[in-house]
Amino acid sequence: MLKKRIIPCLDIKDGRTVKGINFVDIKDAGDPIELAKRYVEQGADELVFLDITATIENRKTLIELVSRIAAEINIPFTVGGGINSVDDVRSLIKAGADKVSVNSSAVKRPELIKELAQEFGSQCVVVAIDTKYENGEWVVFVHGGRTATPLKTIDWAKEVESLGAGEILLTSMNNDGTKSGFALDITNQVSEAVNIPLIASGGAGTKQHFKAVFEQTGATGGLAASIFHFGEIPIPELKSYLRTQKIPIR
Amino acid sequence: MIAIIKYNAGNILSVQNALNRLGYDSMITDCIADIQAADKVIFPGVGEASSAMKYLKERKLDEVILAIKQPFLGICLGLQLMCKSTEEGSTKCLGIFDTEVKLFPPVEKVPNMGWNNFENVNGELFEGVSTMDDLYYVHSYYAELCKDTIATCKYVKPFSAALQKDNFYATQFHPEKSAGIGALILNNFLKL
Repeated sequence: MLKKRIIPCLDIKDGRTVKGINFVDIKDAGDPIELAKRYVEQGADELVFLDITATIENRKTLIELVSRIAAEINIPFTVGGGINSVDDVRSLIKAGADKVSVNSSAVKRPELIKELAQEFGSQCVVVAIDTKYENGEWVVFVHGGRTATPLKTIDWAKEVESLGAGEILLTSMNNDGTKSGFALDITNQVSEAVNIPLIASGGAGTKQHFKAVFEQTGATGGLAASIFHFGEIPIPELKSYLRTQKIPIR
Repeated sequence: MIAIIKYNAGNILSVQNALNRLGYDSMITDCIADIQAADKVIFPGVGEASSAMKYLKERKLDEVILAIKQPFLGICLGLQLMCKSTEEGSTKCLGIFDTEVKLFPPVEKVPNMGWNNFENVNGELFEGVSTMDDLYYVHSYYAELCKDTIATCKYVKPFSAALQKDNFYATQFHPEKSAGIGALILNNFLKL
Protein backbone atom coordinates (compact mmCIF):
# COMPACT_ATOMS: atom_id res chain seq x y z
CA MET A 1 0.00 0.00 0.00
CA LEU A 2 1.19 3.51 -0.82
CA LYS A 3 2.25 5.25 2.40
CA LYS A 4 1.51 8.79 3.54
CA ARG A 5 4.70 10.86 3.51
CA ILE A 6 6.15 12.83 6.43
CA ILE A 7 8.21 15.67 4.99
CA PRO A 8 10.39 18.01 7.03
CA CYS A 9 11.05 21.34 5.34
CA LEU A 10 14.34 23.11 5.80
CA ASP A 11 14.35 26.82 5.04
CA ILE A 12 17.81 27.83 3.90
CA LYS A 13 19.43 31.23 4.23
CA ASP A 14 23.13 31.71 3.49
CA GLY A 15 23.73 27.96 3.78
CA ARG A 16 22.01 27.67 7.18
CA THR A 17 18.60 26.33 8.18
CA VAL A 18 16.02 28.80 9.40
CA LYS A 19 12.26 28.84 9.86
CA GLY A 20 10.04 31.82 9.41
CA ILE A 21 7.21 31.95 11.91
CA ASN A 22 4.31 33.36 9.92
CA PHE A 23 6.95 34.15 7.28
CA VAL A 24 8.46 36.96 9.40
CA ASP A 25 10.47 35.95 12.49
CA ILE A 26 13.47 33.78 11.84
CA LYS A 27 15.20 31.38 14.22
CA ASP A 28 18.42 29.51 13.50
CA ALA A 29 17.92 25.75 13.61
CA GLY A 30 21.25 24.47 12.42
CA ASP A 31 23.36 23.08 9.64
CA PRO A 32 21.24 21.77 6.72
CA ILE A 33 23.36 18.68 6.02
CA GLU A 34 23.46 17.58 9.65
CA LEU A 35 19.76 18.22 10.03
CA ALA A 36 18.96 16.38 6.77
CA LYS A 37 20.99 13.33 7.81
CA ARG A 38 19.27 13.29 11.18
CA TYR A 39 15.87 13.35 9.48
CA VAL A 40 16.82 10.49 7.17
CA GLU A 41 17.92 8.39 10.16
CA GLN A 42 14.67 9.23 11.92
CA GLY A 43 12.60 7.97 8.97
CA ALA A 44 11.63 11.13 7.07
CA ASP A 45 10.10 10.11 3.73
CA GLU A 46 11.30 13.10 1.70
CA LEU A 47 12.94 16.44 2.39
CA VAL A 48 12.21 19.91 1.06
CA PHE A 49 14.90 22.62 1.01
CA LEU A 50 13.62 26.11 0.45
CA ASP A 51 16.12 28.86 -0.30
CA ILE A 52 14.35 31.83 1.26
CA THR A 53 16.88 34.45 0.20
CA ALA A 54 17.24 33.16 -3.34
CA THR A 55 19.36 35.95 -4.78
CA ILE A 56 21.56 35.58 -7.81
CA GLU A 57 24.64 36.10 -5.62
CA ASN A 58 23.93 33.12 -3.40
CA ARG A 59 22.85 30.80 -6.24
CA LYS A 60 26.30 29.25 -6.35
CA THR A 61 26.14 28.57 -2.60
CA LEU A 62 22.81 26.82 -3.07
CA ILE A 63 24.07 24.65 -5.93
CA GLU A 64 27.06 23.60 -3.81
CA LEU A 65 24.73 22.79 -0.93
CA VAL A 66 22.50 20.70 -3.23
CA SER A 67 25.54 18.70 -4.42
CA ARG A 68 26.52 17.98 -0.83
CA ILE A 69 22.96 16.98 0.08
CA ALA A 70 22.73 14.65 -2.94
CA ALA A 71 26.03 13.00 -2.03
CA GLU A 72 25.04 12.43 1.59
CA ILE A 73 21.37 11.51 1.70
CA ASN A 74 19.54 8.55 0.19
CA ILE A 75 15.91 9.70 0.06
CA PRO A 76 14.27 12.06 -2.45
CA PHE A 77 14.51 15.80 -1.94
CA THR A 78 12.97 18.90 -3.45
CA VAL A 79 14.68 22.27 -3.82
CA GLY A 80 12.75 25.52 -4.12
CA GLY A 81 13.20 29.25 -3.94
CA GLY A 82 14.01 31.78 -6.62
CA ILE A 83 13.61 29.41 -9.57
CA ASN A 84 12.72 31.43 -12.68
CA SER A 85 13.87 29.45 -15.68
CA VAL A 86 14.62 26.10 -17.28
CA ASP A 87 18.33 26.89 -16.81
CA ASP A 88 17.88 27.41 -13.06
CA VAL A 89 16.28 23.99 -12.83
CA ARG A 90 18.88 22.32 -15.03
CA SER A 91 21.67 23.41 -12.69
CA LEU A 92 19.78 22.13 -9.62
CA ILE A 93 18.93 18.78 -11.23
CA LYS A 94 22.51 18.45 -12.44
CA ALA A 95 23.66 18.99 -8.85
CA GLY A 96 21.41 16.10 -7.78
CA ALA A 97 18.01 17.55 -6.80
CA ASP A 98 15.17 15.09 -7.44
CA LYS A 99 12.45 17.71 -7.74
CA VAL A 100 12.20 21.47 -7.82
CA SER A 101 9.41 23.66 -6.57
CA VAL A 102 8.26 26.85 -8.24
CA ASN A 103 5.90 29.39 -6.78
CA SER A 104 5.87 33.12 -7.67
CA SER A 105 7.65 32.60 -10.99
CA ALA A 106 4.93 30.16 -12.10
CA VAL A 107 2.18 32.63 -11.22
CA LYS A 108 4.03 35.34 -13.14
CA ARG A 109 4.58 33.11 -16.15
CA PRO A 110 2.53 29.87 -16.07
CA GLU A 111 4.23 28.53 -19.25
CA LEU A 112 7.30 27.93 -17.07
CA ILE A 113 5.51 24.87 -15.62
CA LYS A 114 4.95 23.48 -19.10
CA GLU A 115 8.55 24.12 -20.12
CA LEU A 116 9.88 22.39 -17.02
CA ALA A 117 7.56 19.40 -17.44
CA GLN A 118 8.61 18.99 -21.07
CA GLU A 119 12.30 19.33 -20.33
CA PHE A 120 12.59 17.31 -17.11
CA GLY A 121 9.29 15.41 -16.76
CA SER A 122 6.28 16.19 -14.57
CA GLN A 123 7.64 14.04 -11.76
CA CYS A 124 10.21 16.66 -10.85
CA VAL A 125 7.94 19.72 -11.08
CA VAL A 126 6.35 20.68 -7.77
CA VAL A 127 4.21 23.79 -7.76
CA ALA A 128 4.11 25.45 -4.34
CA ILE A 129 0.93 27.40 -3.69
CA ASP A 130 0.71 29.83 -0.77
CA THR A 131 -2.92 30.45 -0.02
CA LYS A 132 -4.82 32.70 2.35
CA TYR A 133 -8.50 32.87 3.28
CA GLU A 134 -9.59 36.45 2.76
CA ASN A 135 -13.00 38.04 2.27
CA GLY A 136 -14.74 34.69 2.09
CA GLU A 137 -12.44 32.90 -0.35
CA TRP A 138 -9.10 31.16 -0.67
CA VAL A 139 -6.73 33.14 -2.89
CA VAL A 140 -3.14 32.69 -4.04
CA PHE A 141 -0.35 34.81 -2.59
CA VAL A 142 3.17 35.21 -3.97
CA HIS A 143 6.57 36.63 -2.90
CA GLY A 144 6.75 34.65 0.33
CA GLY A 145 3.16 35.47 1.13
CA ARG A 146 3.56 39.23 0.86
CA THR A 147 1.59 39.86 -2.33
CA ALA A 148 -2.00 38.92 -3.08
CA THR A 149 -2.96 37.77 -6.58
CA PRO A 150 -6.40 37.69 -8.20
CA LEU A 151 -6.10 33.90 -8.56
CA LYS A 152 -8.52 31.67 -6.71
CA THR A 153 -6.65 28.74 -5.18
CA ILE A 154 -8.77 25.98 -6.72
CA ASP A 155 -8.57 27.51 -10.20
CA TRP A 156 -4.80 27.88 -9.97
CA ALA A 157 -4.40 24.29 -8.72
CA LYS A 158 -6.35 22.99 -11.72
CA GLU A 159 -4.33 25.14 -14.08
CA VAL A 160 -0.94 23.97 -12.78
CA GLU A 161 -2.09 20.37 -13.15
CA SER A 162 -3.11 20.98 -16.76
CA LEU A 163 0.25 22.66 -17.46
CA GLY A 164 2.10 19.54 -16.32
CA ALA A 165 2.88 19.95 -12.62
CA GLY A 166 3.59 16.59 -10.98
CA GLU A 167 2.71 17.61 -7.45
CA ILE A 168 1.26 20.51 -5.44
CA LEU A 169 2.67 21.78 -2.15
CA LEU A 170 -0.16 23.74 -0.56
CA THR A 171 0.62 26.11 2.33
CA SER A 172 -2.15 27.85 4.21
CA MET A 173 -0.81 31.18 5.39
CA ASN A 174 -3.64 31.48 7.90
CA ASN A 175 -2.35 28.33 9.58
CA ASP A 176 1.42 28.54 9.00
CA GLY A 177 3.30 29.06 12.26
CA THR A 178 0.16 28.84 14.41
CA LYS A 179 0.50 25.15 15.40
CA SER A 180 -3.30 24.98 15.32
CA GLY A 181 -3.51 22.28 12.64
CA PHE A 182 -3.53 22.07 8.85
CA ALA A 183 -6.19 23.92 6.83
CA LEU A 184 -8.33 20.84 6.23
CA ASP A 185 -11.02 22.48 4.13
CA ILE A 186 -8.87 24.01 1.38
CA THR A 187 -6.50 21.03 1.44
CA ASN A 188 -9.37 18.69 0.73
CA GLN A 189 -10.89 20.99 -1.87
CA VAL A 190 -7.61 21.14 -3.79
CA SER A 191 -7.11 17.39 -3.47
CA GLU A 192 -10.54 16.74 -4.94
CA ALA A 193 -10.02 19.26 -7.73
CA VAL A 194 -6.79 17.71 -9.07
CA ASN A 195 -5.47 14.21 -9.73
CA ILE A 196 -1.82 14.84 -8.85
CA PRO A 197 -0.30 14.21 -5.41
CA LEU A 198 -0.78 16.96 -2.82
CA ILE A 199 1.41 17.86 0.16
CA ALA A 200 -0.32 19.75 2.97
CA SER A 201 1.70 22.43 4.74
CA GLY A 202 1.20 25.04 7.41
CA GLY A 203 -0.10 24.70 10.94
CA ALA A 204 1.14 21.30 12.15
CA GLY A 205 1.53 21.47 15.92
CA THR A 206 0.56 18.01 17.18
CA LYS A 207 0.59 14.39 16.05
CA GLN A 208 -3.20 14.54 15.88
CA HIS A 209 -2.95 17.26 13.23
CA PHE A 210 -1.18 14.83 10.89
CA LYS A 211 -3.80 12.17 11.59
CA ALA A 212 -6.55 14.68 10.76
CA VAL A 213 -4.99 15.81 7.48
CA PHE A 214 -4.46 12.23 6.31
CA GLU A 215 -7.93 11.07 7.39
CA GLN A 216 -9.96 14.08 6.35
CA THR A 217 -8.24 15.17 3.13
CA GLY A 218 -6.69 13.52 0.10
CA ALA A 219 -3.20 14.85 0.95
CA THR A 220 -0.54 12.19 0.40
CA GLY A 221 2.11 14.06 2.35
CA GLY A 222 2.32 16.34 5.35
CA LEU A 223 5.05 18.95 5.62
CA ALA A 224 6.31 20.78 8.67
CA ALA A 225 9.44 22.56 9.83
CA SER A 226 9.81 24.00 13.32
CA ILE A 227 8.10 21.16 15.18
CA PHE A 228 10.74 18.82 13.74
CA HIS A 229 13.72 21.19 13.97
CA PHE A 230 13.20 21.94 17.63
CA GLY A 231 12.37 18.34 18.49
CA GLU A 232 8.84 19.14 19.63
CA ILE A 233 7.55 16.11 17.74
CA PRO A 234 10.27 13.56 16.99
CA ILE A 235 9.59 11.91 13.61
CA PRO A 236 9.81 8.32 14.96
CA GLU A 237 7.22 9.18 17.62
CA LEU A 238 4.93 10.80 15.03
CA LYS A 239 5.19 7.83 12.68
CA SER A 240 4.60 5.28 15.40
CA TYR A 241 1.54 7.23 16.58
CA LEU A 242 0.13 7.38 13.04
CA ARG A 243 0.66 3.62 12.63
CA THR A 244 -1.39 2.96 15.77
CA GLN A 245 -4.10 5.17 14.24
CA LYS A 246 -4.15 2.90 11.14
CA ILE A 247 -2.66 5.54 8.83
CA PRO A 248 -0.41 3.83 6.23
CA ILE A 249 3.10 4.92 7.22
CA ARG A 250 6.54 3.61 6.26
CA MET B 1 34.18 -0.54 -12.89
CA ILE B 2 30.44 0.06 -13.07
CA ALA B 3 29.16 1.86 -16.17
CA ILE B 4 26.12 4.11 -15.75
CA ILE B 5 24.65 4.70 -19.18
CA LYS B 6 24.45 8.40 -19.96
CA TYR B 7 21.47 9.46 -22.02
CA ASN B 8 19.04 12.34 -21.99
CA ALA B 9 17.37 11.32 -18.78
CA GLY B 10 17.25 13.10 -15.47
CA ASN B 11 19.09 12.61 -12.22
CA ILE B 12 21.61 9.99 -13.22
CA LEU B 13 23.98 11.51 -10.67
CA SER B 14 21.89 10.13 -7.81
CA VAL B 15 22.78 6.59 -8.91
CA GLN B 16 26.48 7.46 -8.92
CA ASN B 17 26.13 9.04 -5.47
CA ALA B 18 24.51 5.84 -4.20
CA LEU B 19 27.35 3.72 -5.64
CA ASN B 20 29.90 6.04 -4.00
CA ARG B 21 28.18 5.56 -0.66
CA LEU B 22 28.47 1.78 -1.14
CA GLY B 23 32.16 2.13 -2.00
CA TYR B 24 31.97 1.30 -5.73
CA ASP B 25 33.73 3.22 -8.51
CA SER B 26 31.54 4.11 -11.46
CA MET B 27 31.56 6.18 -14.61
CA ILE B 28 28.67 7.95 -16.30
CA THR B 29 29.25 7.27 -19.97
CA ASP B 30 27.73 6.85 -23.43
CA CYS B 31 30.99 5.46 -24.82
CA ILE B 32 30.21 2.03 -26.31
CA ALA B 33 33.65 0.56 -25.50
CA ASP B 34 33.39 1.66 -21.84
CA ILE B 35 29.92 0.16 -21.49
CA GLN B 36 31.01 -3.12 -23.08
CA ALA B 37 34.10 -3.36 -20.86
CA ALA B 38 32.31 -2.60 -17.57
CA ASP B 39 31.84 -5.27 -14.88
CA LYS B 40 28.24 -4.19 -14.47
CA VAL B 41 25.98 -1.78 -16.29
CA ILE B 42 23.27 0.44 -14.80
CA PHE B 43 20.59 2.04 -16.96
CA PRO B 44 18.86 4.61 -14.76
CA GLY B 45 16.74 7.57 -15.39
CA VAL B 46 13.60 9.54 -15.20
CA GLY B 47 12.30 11.17 -18.34
CA GLU B 48 10.13 10.73 -21.39
CA ALA B 49 10.21 7.38 -23.20
CA SER B 50 10.03 8.34 -26.89
CA SER B 51 12.82 10.93 -26.71
CA ALA B 52 14.93 8.55 -24.62
CA MET B 53 14.54 5.71 -27.20
CA LYS B 54 15.34 8.11 -30.03
CA TYR B 55 18.50 9.19 -28.23
CA LEU B 56 19.58 5.56 -27.66
CA LYS B 57 18.93 4.59 -31.29
CA GLU B 58 20.80 7.57 -32.72
CA ARG B 59 23.88 6.42 -30.81
CA LYS B 60 23.27 2.69 -31.46
CA LEU B 61 23.10 2.21 -27.70
CA ASP B 62 19.97 0.08 -28.19
CA GLU B 63 22.01 -2.59 -29.99
CA VAL B 64 24.82 -2.30 -27.43
CA ILE B 65 22.40 -2.84 -24.53
CA LEU B 66 20.81 -5.92 -26.13
CA ALA B 67 24.25 -7.53 -26.57
CA ILE B 68 25.38 -7.00 -22.95
CA LYS B 69 26.27 -10.21 -21.10
CA GLN B 70 27.27 -8.69 -17.74
CA PRO B 71 24.71 -8.05 -14.98
CA PHE B 72 22.59 -5.14 -16.16
CA LEU B 73 20.18 -3.09 -14.04
CA GLY B 74 17.50 -0.79 -15.42
CA ILE B 75 15.85 1.66 -13.03
CA CYS B 76 12.45 3.38 -13.46
CA LEU B 77 12.39 4.66 -17.06
CA GLY B 78 15.22 2.18 -17.68
CA LEU B 79 12.85 -0.67 -16.75
CA GLN B 80 10.13 0.69 -19.02
CA LEU B 81 12.50 1.01 -21.97
CA MET B 82 13.49 -2.65 -21.48
CA CYS B 83 9.88 -3.78 -22.09
CA LYS B 84 8.26 -4.38 -25.51
CA SER B 85 6.55 -1.04 -25.82
CA THR B 86 5.10 1.81 -23.82
CA GLU B 87 1.97 3.89 -24.17
CA GLU B 88 4.13 6.94 -23.45
CA GLY B 89 4.55 8.47 -26.89
CA SER B 90 3.42 5.10 -28.40
CA THR B 91 7.03 3.99 -28.27
CA LYS B 92 8.51 0.67 -29.35
CA CYS B 93 11.14 -0.25 -26.76
CA LEU B 94 14.02 -2.72 -26.40
CA GLY B 95 11.83 -5.81 -25.92
CA ILE B 96 13.97 -7.58 -23.34
CA PHE B 97 10.97 -8.23 -21.09
CA ASP B 98 7.85 -9.74 -22.58
CA THR B 99 5.42 -7.09 -21.34
CA GLU B 100 3.79 -3.76 -22.16
CA VAL B 101 4.01 -0.46 -20.29
CA LYS B 102 0.74 1.36 -19.69
CA LEU B 103 -0.49 4.62 -18.17
CA PHE B 104 -2.14 4.37 -14.75
CA PRO B 105 -5.89 5.03 -15.07
CA PRO B 106 -6.90 8.24 -13.25
CA VAL B 107 -8.75 6.45 -10.44
CA GLU B 108 -5.90 7.34 -8.04
CA LYS B 109 -3.43 10.23 -8.02
CA VAL B 110 -0.98 10.04 -10.93
CA PRO B 111 2.02 9.92 -10.75
CA ASN B 112 2.29 7.15 -8.19
CA MET B 113 4.65 9.02 -5.90
CA GLY B 114 5.93 7.76 -2.60
CA TRP B 115 6.89 4.68 -0.61
CA ASN B 116 5.16 1.38 -1.24
CA ASN B 117 5.79 -2.20 -0.15
CA PHE B 118 5.85 -5.40 -2.21
CA GLU B 119 3.10 -7.94 -2.69
CA ASN B 120 5.55 -10.61 -3.80
CA VAL B 121 9.31 -10.63 -3.99
CA ASN B 122 11.70 -13.29 -5.30
CA GLY B 123 15.27 -13.92 -6.28
CA GLU B 124 18.84 -12.97 -5.45
CA LEU B 125 18.27 -9.23 -6.05
CA PHE B 126 15.97 -9.29 -3.02
CA GLU B 127 18.10 -11.34 -0.61
CA GLY B 128 17.27 -9.99 2.86
CA VAL B 129 14.22 -8.04 1.62
CA SER B 130 10.64 -8.74 2.75
CA THR B 131 7.22 -7.79 1.40
CA MET B 132 6.93 -5.40 4.37
CA ASP B 133 9.79 -3.23 3.09
CA ASP B 134 8.90 0.08 1.44
CA LEU B 135 10.69 1.41 -1.63
CA TYR B 136 10.38 4.80 -3.29
CA TYR B 137 8.42 5.05 -6.54
CA VAL B 138 7.67 7.96 -8.84
CA HIS B 139 6.05 6.99 -12.12
CA SER B 140 2.93 7.49 -14.21
CA TYR B 141 3.40 4.39 -16.39
CA TYR B 142 3.73 0.82 -15.14
CA ALA B 143 4.87 -2.52 -16.57
CA GLU B 144 2.17 -5.18 -16.58
CA LEU B 145 2.82 -8.48 -14.83
CA CYS B 146 4.52 -11.14 -16.97
CA LYS B 147 6.65 -14.27 -16.66
CA ASP B 148 9.76 -12.10 -16.09
CA THR B 149 8.20 -10.34 -13.06
CA ILE B 150 10.26 -11.06 -9.90
CA ALA B 151 8.56 -8.57 -7.56
CA THR B 152 5.11 -7.05 -7.58
CA CYS B 153 3.69 -3.90 -6.04
CA LYS B 154 0.12 -2.64 -5.99
CA TYR B 155 -1.06 0.81 -6.96
CA VAL B 156 -4.52 0.88 -8.56
CA LYS B 157 -3.62 -2.67 -9.65
CA PRO B 158 -0.68 -5.04 -9.24
CA PHE B 159 2.28 -4.15 -11.49
CA SER B 160 5.88 -5.28 -12.01
CA ALA B 161 8.02 -3.73 -9.26
CA ALA B 162 10.99 -5.65 -10.66
CA LEU B 163 11.73 -7.83 -13.68
CA GLN B 164 14.50 -10.24 -14.58
CA LYS B 165 15.50 -12.15 -17.66
CA ASP B 166 18.93 -13.81 -17.74
CA ASN B 167 21.49 -11.10 -16.91
CA PHE B 168 18.95 -8.29 -17.28
CA TYR B 169 17.43 -6.91 -14.06
CA ALA B 170 15.16 -3.90 -13.66
CA THR B 171 13.34 -2.10 -10.87
CA GLN B 172 10.45 0.35 -11.15
CA PHE B 173 11.32 1.80 -7.73
CA HIS B 174 14.42 3.89 -7.15
CA PRO B 175 16.87 1.85 -5.02
CA GLU B 176 19.22 4.86 -5.02
CA LYS B 177 16.53 6.92 -3.27
CA SER B 178 15.07 4.23 -1.02
CA ALA B 179 17.16 4.70 2.14
CA GLY B 180 18.82 1.60 3.67
CA ILE B 181 16.62 -1.01 2.00
CA GLY B 182 17.37 0.51 -1.43
CA ALA B 183 21.09 0.40 -0.67
CA LEU B 184 20.73 -3.29 0.25
CA ILE B 185 19.09 -4.09 -3.11
CA LEU B 186 21.73 -2.13 -5.03
CA ASN B 187 24.42 -3.95 -3.10
CA ASN B 188 22.79 -7.30 -3.93
CA PHE B 189 23.00 -6.37 -7.61
CA LEU B 190 26.62 -5.23 -7.30
CA LYS B 191 27.54 -8.57 -5.68
CA LEU B 192 26.04 -10.64 -8.55
